[in-house]
Amino acid sequence: MDAFVLQILNGLDKGGSYALIALGLTLIFGTLGVVNFAHGALFMLGAFCAVTLKKILTISKQVKDESITFFDAFKEVPYLEIWFGETGAAIIDYAVPLSILLAIPVMLLVGLAMERGLIRFFYKRTHAEQILVTFGLAIVLQEIVKAFFGANPVPMPPPDLLTGSADIGAAIGLGDSVIYPWWRLTYLLFAAVIIAAVFCFLQFTTFGMVVRAGMQDRETVGLLGINIERRFTIVFGIAAVVSGLAGVMYTPIVPPDYHLGMDFLVLSFVVVVVGGMGSLGGAVTAGFLLGILQSFASMNEVKEILPGIDQIIIFLVAVVILLVRPRGLMGRKGVMES
Amino acid sequence: MTNTTNKFKLSRRKLLTSAAAAGAGAAVFSGATPYSFVKGAYAADFRNDPSSQSFIKLGFNVPQTGPYADEGADELRAYQLAVKHLNGEGDGGMLTTMKPSSLKGNGILGKKVEYVTGDTQTKSDAARASAKRMIEKEGVTMFSGGSSSGVAIATQSLAQEMGVIFMCGLTHSNDTTGKDKRRYGFRHFFNAYMSGAALGPVLKEEMGTARRAYHLTADYTWGWTQEESIKNTTEALGWETVNTVKTPVGAGDFSQYITPVLNSGADVLILNHYGKDMINSLTQAVQFGLRDKQVNGKNFEIIVPLFSRLMAQGAGENIKGILGTTNWNWALQDAGSQAFVKSFGQEYGFPPSQAAHTCYVQTLLYANACEMAGTFYPPEVIKALEGFSFDGMGNGPTEYRAADHQCFKDVLVVRGNANPSTQFDLLEIVKEVPRAQVEYDPSIFGGELGPYEV
Repeated sequence: MDAFVLQILNGLDKGGSYALIALGLTLIFGTLGVVNFAHGALFMLGAFCAVTLKKILTISKQVKDESITFFDAFKEVPYLEIWFGETGAAIIDYAVPLSILLAIPVMLLVGLAMERGLIRFFYKRTHAEQILVTFGLAIVLQEIVKAFFGANPVPMPPPDLLTGSADIGAAIGLGDSVIYPWWRLTYLLFAAVIIAAVFCFLQFTTFGMVVRAGMQDRETVGLLGINIERRFTIVFGIAAVVSGLAGVMYTPIVPPDYHLGMDFLVLSFVVVVVGGMGSLGGAVTAGFLLGILQSFASMNEVKEILPGIDQIIIFLVAVVILLVRPRGLMGRKGVMES
Repeated sequence: MTNTTNKFKLSRRKLLTSAAAAGAGAAVFSGATPYSFVKGAYAADFRNDPSSQSFIKLGFNVPQTGPYADEGADELRAYQLAVKHLNGEGDGGMLTTMKPSSLKGNGILGKKVEYVTGDTQTKSDAARASAKRMIEKEGVTMFSGGSSSGVAIATQSLAQEMGVIFMCGLTHSNDTTGKDKRRYGFRHFFNAYMSGAALGPVLKEEMGTARRAYHLTADYTWGWTQEESIKNTTEALGWETVNTVKTPVGAGDFSQYITPVLNSGADVLILNHYGKDMINSLTQAVQFGLRDKQVNGKNFEIIVPLFSRLMAQGAGENIKGILGTTNWNWALQDAGSQAFVKSFGQEYGFPPSQAAHTCYVQTLLYANACEMAGTFYPPEVIKALEGFSFDGMGNGPTEYRAADHQCFKDVLVVRGNANPSTQFDLLEIVKEVPRAQVEYDPSIFGGELGPYEV
């Protein structure tokens, strides 16, 4: 039972990141009809918003390290600590959550610039051309990040308060082996909040209603005198923000490097396809489902029977679902079928 | 009109002359003729012979990207420092402490040392392609690098094929000088067997003989051999192995591999990971509360059999109190180590890692072997290195064993320092295990070195 609960938590944790990226991907596809292979790069850019803020907050003064006598060594003391003491140190400690404030405007601007500057010229082109241009854009973005931040992963620890683990077993009456890191639980909660916020926005605001109507029938909405294109551009920006925030909060789990987006891109597309192209609910459901399946496939008991299954389970499930339900779990008729 | 067929017509005289010349040639190369007859003649007959130029070019093939990139960057720094010292610049570093030494600080055999670099990307195919470029396009006479055993074995095999010596950087798999050893490959670094042999008595002393161990292992040659060596050691102590799980290199998120440890009944986690993988897996294991657990009435322990200061730096607080082994540590007090740390520190502002140390030493050892042989001709340089005993390079008396090209020297058992006195004082030396305790019969790992002439 303990192992079962742990794998569920693990799966939800993984599924949270898959669902957030797939949600943005589906938003863009559902509104603009663009297959955006640069979406993983948006996740990576979000992560590097956190890295950038951390670098800004830790701009340091070099102080000679008197304890080293062999050669001249220097310690780096951040100016924030010199000027504000413990308050400065606490600000640095909370660099990752604070990065959300930076990532929202930056990712919105990146999304808008990307859509207006490049993607809109490919609305009426074939999906193959869209894939090629967005994939090329992803490579350009990651090379820019590599040029600025280097190729090595950058460690981004969570705030001290969230470094330990929660004794979930004791809380729900299970064994003491059911423990889970606080930051991963925070990430899961964060993913749930963002997903709920996006759904509420689309469901309960006038803007959301127009967007949903546009997703159903773009021409008719346009004939009603609504500038649907402008709204779709904003949706692109929102999708970029969702992916970017997912990237920011993921940094304490795996130190980000320039390749982070590519690592998630293929998985996210599988999630979108399994969920059903253009279905927001499908993307979220498939994200969590595949995360949990991948987690269970990593159990030693499963791997003893099927060695290596943890590496291929997601693709195996995708094949089966597409054979049984060619439009994915919640796919709509007519999407990518013309 | 000329009759072209007559051009190739053999006269009896020509036939006899050619046959005599061919016979003499065959006799020379079969060894029937005294060696003195051809001594020096080989100089012009090997790949990338630098005799006709004023410089010799070396190739440094290190991981500049990928999970071992930190080690790669430090290796590159060490190579650059070695080149500087070989060319007579700087304070000379270990050139001043190496014994015996034929190095003069005027390059190698009077030729200025130049170098080219490559990125192995911590991938065997990329490393081979990079090494091939160095040999074929850049004309390197020797190449060196690490930090992955998969890469070392792949490039060592290329070295043998192409007849260019490869001085291994950081590679810890038993296979490098075991079943995959090559005549053209040399390893100064210690190996997984030695780690196990050195660590065993300390584990017994500190953790007893009734433990249950769970291994997470990097899924490639180094991980496999380290797991095997450590497992053999701990089982000989009486420990039970609960499970051994392979993890992909560069996995990033190890949570799916760590959670099964929590309720496996194991009370020791052995992380056969290196570089960023080790930093991530150790950090995540600590985040999952493993170090605070009590299992089977004992404190849960984590062991990292292969440690480095760079990894300790990356893992931060998580490394404190964790046992492992290392090839060398900057805090050693012998003259060689101190000379190297001083040079490296003055150049870069921080002490060198074990990866940097082994790469620096390897470059000097190759240069010294060329001076001893009096030539760059690889078979002669190889013979100079085989069985070479030296001191003053930071590990005490050391020998390049001729049978498998493995260096034998003392091994350090270290622990993450709980109370560091300086920002670099991250590893505390628990024990300097003497060479005799980690030596083994070369035949246990099999393999063939292959020929001198290729």
